[in-house]
Order: sequence, then C-alpha cells, then structure tokens
Amino acid sequence: MDIGHHEPTADGQHGGWPEDSLARVPYWVYQDADNYARELQRLFEGATWNFVGLEADIPDKGDYRTNHVGSLPVIVVRDADGAINCFENRCAHRGALIAFDDGGNVQNQFKCIYHAWSYDLCGNLRGIAFEHGINGIGGMPKDFRRERFGPRKLRTTTLGGLIFATLSSDTPPIEEYLGAEVLGRLKRVMNRPIKVMGRFVQALPNNWKLYVENVKDTYHASLLHLFFGTFRITRLTQGGGVLVSPDGGHHASYTIDKAEDAQTTAYRDQGIRTEKQDYKLADPRLLDTVEEFGDRIQLQILSVFPALIVQQIYNCLAVRQVVPTGVDSMELRWTYFGYADDPPEMTKRRLRQQNLVGPAGFVSMEDGCVGGFVQRGIAAAGEQVSVIEMGGHGAESQATRATEASVRGFWKAYRHHMGY
Amino acid sequence: MDAVRLVELNAAYARIIDNERYEEWPGLFHDPCLYKVTTAENLATGLESGIIYADSRGMLEDRISALRQANIYERQRYRHIVGLPVVTTHSQDVAEVETSFLVVRIMRDGKMELFATGCYRDKVKPDANGALRFVERIVVCDGGRFDTLVAIPL
Repeated sequence: MDIGHHEPTADGQHGGWPEDSLARVPYWVYQDADNYARELQRLFEGATWNFVGLEADIPDKGDYRTNHVGSLPVIVVRDADGAINCFENRCAHRGALIAFDDGGNVQNQFKCIYHAWSYDLCGNLRGIAFEHGINGIGGMPKDFRRERFGPRKLRTTTLGGLIFATLSSDTPPIEEYLGAEVLGRLKRVMNRPIKVMGRFVQALPNNWKLYVENVKDTYHASLLHLFFGTFRITRLTQGGGVLVSPDGGHHASYTIDKAEDAQTTAYRDQGIRTEKQDYKLADPRLLDTVEEFGDRIQLQILSVFPALIVQQIYNCLAVRQVVPTGVDSMELRWTYFGYADDPPEMTKRRLRQQNLVGPAGFVSMEDGCVGGFVQRGIAAAGEQVSVIEMGGHGAESQATRATEASVRGFWKAYRHHMGY
Repeated sequence: MDAVRLVELNAAYARIIDNERYEEWPGLFHDPCLYKVTTAENLATGLESGIIYADSRGMLEDRISALRQANIYERQRYRHIVGLPVVTTHSQDVAEVETSFLVVRIMRDGKMELFATGCYRDKVKPDANGALRFVERIVVCDGGRFDTLVAIPL
C-alpha cells in the first residue's frame, strides 16, 4: 500500500502520535514503509533480546540453525567449548548466505558456497580460496586484513533453554531486561530440559505488531475464541490476571482455577455439561489435563519484547516467534515442545492438546485471520486511531483479564525504543 | 487390495470435503484411528506433532463441530485433486497406501490459490460391511508453511 503522503520524522510526527496516551495508537504504524524500516533497525537490531532458537536444537559442537532477527538472517551455532554463538548469515565477500538450510552440523567451519570463503564457529573469517592467487598471479592484495571483515556478531544469552541474541551492546542482562515477575513466569515453564515435538510456520496477512498485540490482549480471548464457550468449557470460577514488566514490553497473562476445580474429573464433569445446546466434545480426552506446575495455573501466555511468545495452555507447550516479512505480512514460527523426561502418556496428551493451538488450533485459529481483518479494515484510516482503553490508561499489572494493560505496555516499550 | 476400490475411497473423501459435506468425513475412518496433518520435514526429522491430531472418530467429529459451530474464519472451501494410490505394503486385511494430493483453496472473494500439496500416507482396511475405511491417514504436506489458517481438514 502506498501512503507516501505520510512522511515520518524522527519524533514520530506523521500526522503524529495523536496525543500523549498509551490508549491511542495511530493506524499508520501498521502501514508505513519508513516506519517499518525504522522498526527493523531500532527494535529488532536495537537494544532488545531476540529469540533465535532453542538449546535443544543444537546440543552438539557444530550443530546450527538459521533464523532471523527482524529481517537480519542469522546463524546460531554451538562451538567447541559448548558456547552458543550467533552471527549474521552473510558472507563478508559478496553478501551471499553462508548457510542456506534450516540447520545441520558443520563440524569446524562454515563455507560460503559462492567462492568458498570460510568462517569458524564464532563467525570469524578464516579462509579465502586462492588467497595468494595461482602461480603468484591474482589473489587478494597483501595488505588485505581478514580480521577487518566478517559478518556482524550478535551477543547471545540463554534462559531456560531459550537462546536470545542482540546486536546492541546496551541491552541489559536478560534477567534485568524481563523484570522479576515475568522472569519468574518464564522460568516456571522453562524449568527443565525440553524436547521439540514439531515445527510449523503460519504466514499471516498482517503487520507483525497486530499479532503481538493480539497475544497481549487478554480482553479478546473469550470473545473471539468461541471454542471453549461453545463447548461450555469456560467457567465463571476461573480467576486470572496479567503481569506487565516495568518497561511495559513483556507480559504474562494467566488463568487460575479454584482448588475444587483443578482435578481432571471435576473439569470434565463441569466443562462438558451443556446448558442450552447439545454441543459437547465427542471425545473429551482433548482436555484430559494433568497439573504439572503445582500452582493451578491452567493457562499462561507470556511475551518477550519484541517478538517471542511462550505459551502453556493446559499441557500444551509452545514457543512462537514473530518474524516480520514486510509492512503487511509476517511469519509465525511455532515450535511445539514437551519435556525431555515426559513419559509416553504425557507425550500422547500433549499431541492431543496441540489441536488447541497452531494454524489449525481450536482456540488459536482465529488469531490467524483477525490481524488481516484489521489490516484490511484500516486501509484508508492511516490518520485515525485505535482505542485501547479497557482497564484505563496505564500499563501496570492487573488482577483481571478484562483489561488492555499489556497492549498499552507494548506501546510504552515501542515508543521508547522507536523514539516516539 | 483392489486399486479401483482405493481410488473410489479417495474420490469419496475428496468429494465429501470439496462439497462441504464435512459431517460425513469421520465416517470414512475406523474407530480408533489416526488422522494427522503434518509436514514432510517433521516426518523426516522424527517429530510427532501435527497441526491436527485425532486418534478417535470422536476427535474427528469434534473437528467438524468446531468448524461448524465455534471457529471463526472467512468463508472458504477446497478443491482436491488426488493422484493414483500406490500400495506399498499389504498384510492380512490392511494395506499401506500412498497417494499424492493437491488442494486449491477458494476464498469468499473468488481468490483461488494453491493451498497445500503433499502425500496421504494411509493404512486402509475393510469395515464389518466390507467397505474400505481409513485406520490411519497421515497428511504429509510438502511445505511447512500454512497460509492464514487451516479450518477445513485436508
């Protein structure tokens, strides 16, 4: 879409941010190509921790996966010391991808296929084919300094098996970045070694922020997603709330069950009973849930700014990485996982509950299309604003889910990083 | 196993879905059964998950109830083009069969697009009345990328 008459400026005055409120967001942020370019630079390549993979994916020396930090292609690799390195997937010579598969094992080095320049597992340029020419003719100049050339290196950190990377030297340690509350909720799920159960990619026809907002939007869940309601599974006894990190960027929302409802049989008896219609699950094993965290939290959706979601929905666990692919398109990369010590019956339970999420998920399917509905709905409304006022104007934690506090938190962090 | 009967089973399967007679779809399976939608890469790397995973006819029925009653998505339907079945092994009553498929998704606004290609990996055997039914249908999609959402079974 061409909306070139909006010229963004450094202070975001576009038509501008309409008022100094977290409860109003102008629609051009989902449409403007210059703003998108600024996001890639200031958010993804800025002082943020970006999810780039799972430790479980690269257990051994030379194991690697390729991924993206915004639009930046990266390689994530385990080196001989067991450390994890991340560097730009771009040959220093002509810019070709150094690794062009999703992953694998490279032993000691990466070699660009174009002209066979090679890199060690830290991303240092090590070898140049025919560096000295042939029979003294050709080759690189004698004063060429290899160490001055190489793909950009990212700092990495790990937390509970998740690997994060940042291009900025200013990004604080991950624990400080997340804040104590969200950190605690993340450790709750990532509490021991995991095993990957499946990977799927969902291509969404909307700006990446519309998906991230959707994840943080606790208000929509029971209104858009009718699966639980239709099958009379949602209960009034459920409590819950939302935790928002001090900077606004990260959140954890949760649903907690009363003690008397926590057992599987109570869940089934109450959940499947119908009131008006005869809709009910023909096979209630879909929701045959066991308590595995000891805190009666049935559902926890957690986001790490800018683009990672870690979910626990009953016994269904997944990480979702948001990868922007254009102003009005994105990829959602799902990795379903369980724990390495899961007994077979738990694996089966997770496989069944995975029906709830993903591109065909009973409760997440709608999230695949609703962002596109917004993107299409606002086509001519670049100067109009979104109203994000449920639960007030602030971005603090709240003991209810009928709030948009964590969506406002996103915009708080967004405006900070973008300089708006 | 008679290839003509397998062709008829596949044709009936495609016709039920493409004509939006989804309620008839679970009847093409035994109970218990396994219906799973996954990707070639997950299969190759030994990852078990599916985006749809149903191991009983009841779970297939729940899929249909949900798409009829609960899930929200833009109006759409499929057109299946199904290849010829190849019987890979045949023991007692059960045949293992592979059949390639191509699914075009037709959207509300008339847009038609290639939505999925892949291979059905099936285990097929006759039911009590002698009609061929799926013990297992693993839908192995060639690509690992699904556009927007998958509401209707492949």
